[in-house]
Amino acid sequence: MLPSLHLNSTLNCTTLNYSSTLLPLRGSRRRTRRDVANESLVPAAHPARRYPSLSASLAPAREEEERKEGALLPPPLRPETLPRHVAVIMDGNSRWAKARGLPSSAGHEAGYRTLKKMVELSCQWGIRALTVFAFSSENWTRPKVGSGFASPYLEVAANVCLVLYREGIRVCIIGDSSELSQSLQKLAKEVVDKTKNNTQIDLIVAISYSGRKEITQACQNIARKVKDGLLEPEDITESHIEEELETNCIPEFPNPDLLIRTSGELRLSNFLLWQSAYTELFFTNTYWPDFGEAEYVEALTSFQNRQRRFGQRIN
Amino acid sequence: MGKRSRKLVSKILGRVWRLFRRWLFLMLSFGPMPEHIAFILDGNRRYAKKKKLKMGAGHNVGFNSLVAVLRYCYELGVKYVTVYAFSIDNFNRKPEEVQGLMALMKEKIDELLEEEDTIVHKFGLRIDFWGRLDLLSESARLAAERAMAATANNTGPVLCVCVAYTSTDEIARAIKKSCSKKREEEAAGARGSIAVADLEKNFDSAHCPDPDILIRTSGETRLSNFLLWQSALTHLQNPRPLWPEFSLRNLIWAILKYQKAHPYLEARRRRLAKKQN
Repeated sequence: MLPSLHLNSTLNCTTLNYSSTLLPLRGSRRRTRRDVANESLVPAAHPARRYPSLSASLAPAREEEERKEGALLPPPLRPETLPRHVAVIMDGNSRWAKARGLPSSAGHEAGYRTLKKMVELSCQWGIRALTVFAFSSENWTRPKVGSGFASPYLEVAANVCLVLYREGIRVCIIGDSSELSQSLQKLAKEVVDKTKNNTQIDLIVAISYSGRKEITQACQNIARKVKDGLLEPEDITESHIEEELETNCIPEFPNPDLLIRTSGELRLSNFLLWQSAYTELFFTNTYWPDFGEAEYVEALTSFQNRQRRFGQRIN
Repeated sequence: MGKRSRKLVSKILGRVWRLFRRWLFLMLSFGPMPEHIAFILDGNRRYAKKKKLKMGAGHNVGFNSLVAVLRYCYELGVKYVTVYAFSIDNFNRKPEEVQGLMALMKEKIDELLEEEDTIVHKFGLRIDFWGRLDLLSESARLAAERAMAATANNTGPVLCVCVAYTSTDEIARAIKKSCSKKREEEAAGARGSIAVADLEKNFDSAHCPDPDILIRTSGETRLSNFLLWQSALTHLQNPRPLWPEFSLRNLIWAILKYQKAHPYLEARRRRLAKKQN
């Protein structure tokens, strides 16, 4: 049984508000001082359960904050041209492990560490939203190796949420979580509830997600409104559809500006189909566990150098 | 050398080139071949600027390049080719450019239908137009409708031209149709919710399989609101050449890259189909 989350009610994450249309300038973000007594929020009731890299994330809050405040945006990145919303397809964990003669679970553990690093970097550099593709609904039909194939991977994903919430991260979960175990579903719901007031960065975790199903679900919701007489079919617009999509949990920028896919595969794999209409795509041959700061800077630099025209001309 | 002998040499060289092409395509066909290729024709204006052509001439050169590429695709046995000719967003460009494109569209459609030795007649091509034809100029819309009517009974390969099109608009129209139909069915007593397959039936691309390859020229890596639903598992490619520079060599390389990725793509496609059913 996984531990449930108990947040100290005095914990209060507030940040300076800024216009959602402006990218935050370097140095303008301030973090509040956290109550050091609240830093270790993983209950001691389950000390024997091994979570990958958990100890690394229990560094004293004050030192980490001082380090982050001093972190500069690495050249050649410029804060005014950074994407506000980055999406990532975290592909290649199993192949990374196979190449090293390790079991798949080692690949997913390494992938978790990479994700944690990426969220930290995104926070530091002022990226406002990060969407990660944790597990597609198509993956459920993969041949299972032994029992509980998905279980360790999903526990790792859940622990990403467990550990990172205290960094001021607001977690949203999209996709069909009904195929998760009951305890994981309960944990996911708790994480979303407890972090809903955080404002540092929005982290959307796509679990068992299918872009086509999401659009069809939006269609069903709209059909229900039509049935109830709230909307006529001829009045349906793209805005009505966007409101019904799950990524509307971050209404300011639901569509990613940059989508990164690792491990060299050149396709969307049914991820954020509607939302990727004008998204810049970045494909890299690096496997996800090897996707570090240098690779992230490369992706952001590539985004920076692109000329986004949205169908118009730039003279 | 006289005019007659030059013509003869040209004819022989043409024949040798066609024979070489047939051999090359035969070699390629030993591997898995794509059934449907989609193109985003990007780079016409940049090409015109690069070659110091006058305004609008880039699109003319782009059209000639399109006809050549279509010829190669159909010789290769590709059954469906979809091209992104004009987006709804492009209406925001300068009026003279938009008018120029509408006039070009009408002129080229008439040329393809009326002239003797065009790809329409050579391959028995069926032409289909996807998008909001009601937003086009009157002459362009009539030309498009004429092309669809004239080729409706052809049984050869299919050319789908996306004009006044965006994928989000296509999905919105499909949702409108699905909701209307659902309301009528519920009034008649039917129950059940709209499924993925029900929504797909109302797309412009309902009678077309999903693209196997989506090629955007000029090195840009984005979809620009093109076939978002249909390209869920499509192999995306972004070769550097501008669209008028896209040649047979680039097409063959694109197919070779697809053949390399094919086994994985095919397995994912079967899983997606299984999941949706």
